[in-house]
Amino acid sequence: MSENNPELEKISKEMAQVEIMIGQILRIGVIVSAVIMLVGFITYGVQGTTGFAHNGFPTTITAIITGLGTFKAGSVMMLGLFCLILTPVLRVIVSIYAFYVEKDHLYVWITTAVLVILLIALFIGHS
Amino acid sequence: MTQVIIMLVVGLAAGILGAILGLGGGIIITPVLTLAMGIDIKYAIGASIIAVIATSSGATIAYLRDNVLNLRVAMFLEIFTTLGAILGAVLNGILSPVVLYVTFGVLLLYSGYNMIRKLRSGTEVLHRATPDALAEKLELNSSYYDKAAGKTVDYQVERVPAGATVMFGAGIASGLLGIGSGAFKVMALDTFMKMPLKPSTSTSNLMMGVTAAASATVYFFNGSIQPLIAVPLALGILVGATVGSRIMQRLPARWIRIIFVPIIFYIGLQMLLKGFGVNI
Repeated sequence: MSENNPELEKISKEMAQVEIMIGQILRIGVIVSAVIMLVGFITYGVQGTTGFAHNGFPTTITAIITGLGTFKAGSVMMLGLFCLILTPVLRVIVSIYAFYVEKDHLYVWITTAVLVILLIALFIGHS
Repeated sequence: MTQVIIMLVVGLAAGILGAILGLGGGIIITPVLTLAMGIDIKYAIGASIIAVIATSSGATIAYLRDNVLNLRVAMFLEIFTTLGAILGAVLNGILSPVVLYVTFGVLLLYSGYNMIRKLRSGTEVLHRATPDALAEKLELNSSYYDKAAGKTVDYQVERVPAGATVMFGAGIASGLLGIGSGAFKVMALDTFMKMPLKPSTSTSNLMMGVTAAASATVYFFNGSIQPLIAVPLALGILVGATVGSRIMQRLPARWIRIIFVPIIFYIGLQMLLKGFGVNI
């Protein structure tokens, strides 16, 4: 089918390059979050506590960072989960760069719009 | 310990199924957590949102590498779902959930009916004589390599405005009700925009993580995400989604559709009944 449509094939090949690059960076992001979550969970298994009262967990950035200093299992797990939440954001950021490299200006704008909307949503969520 | 093993296994199953079908896995996870394990609905919702992101990120790695999904379609439509998700959050308490449940329940049932029609006609890929002007302008037409069929499949998408409208509504519904993260997207892509099923489910996989991330920080900072539940679940899902994204590519599109039909009917019916106050 492809040989009948050279224009479509060209677009498709360019996209394949862009997608492979985003895929590789996404994989690093996923592995990093998985490793942090795993370390946190094993720490919890070994210590038998999250390191917080009533086996609770921190929900503010300050509490998470403070807990990381003393390697509290709850803080490490929350950091891992937070990294996981950021992997879709990473996907959008890398997509902007990838479209830019491909000189696909229309999609640089479209993807930037997605990022801005997403950041607004993340900000609303935090406040 | 038992709870950890259950979470890992549930995650594994939800990850495989979610990766193949482009769904967030809520239909498996929420009932197991709330009904079978008696976990507070607040933590179940938090775990579900983490599940959507884990499924999405785990599966998308393979779908990007193997060029199955359509990145342009995903990013263009993501504008509408994320805007919808914000509006959904803002409209919380103003917009009637009943209207949303009924509307999307009916749309999903229609989508299921449409899928049966496609199964009966036997044609998975649409070839149009007159290409869609907007799809062409946005360079949305593409191709994907089908490992099951062993060939590259060219496809065109149509009815872009209709797809975008459904995505916007889906964003509102997901933001407001926290449901249908994947089902609505597959519906918009497959039923409305006539994209082949494999690019539809894999593109839905990429998109649902981005939409879920938009609302995930709310749950993260309000304490709905309990790490002792969410972490083992997420780890199970990441493994499951990695496996599922490989299985999906080797499954004939027709089989995926056959698995999809009862699930989309189930979700549609569940939503419709919820609209009338019946929980199943």
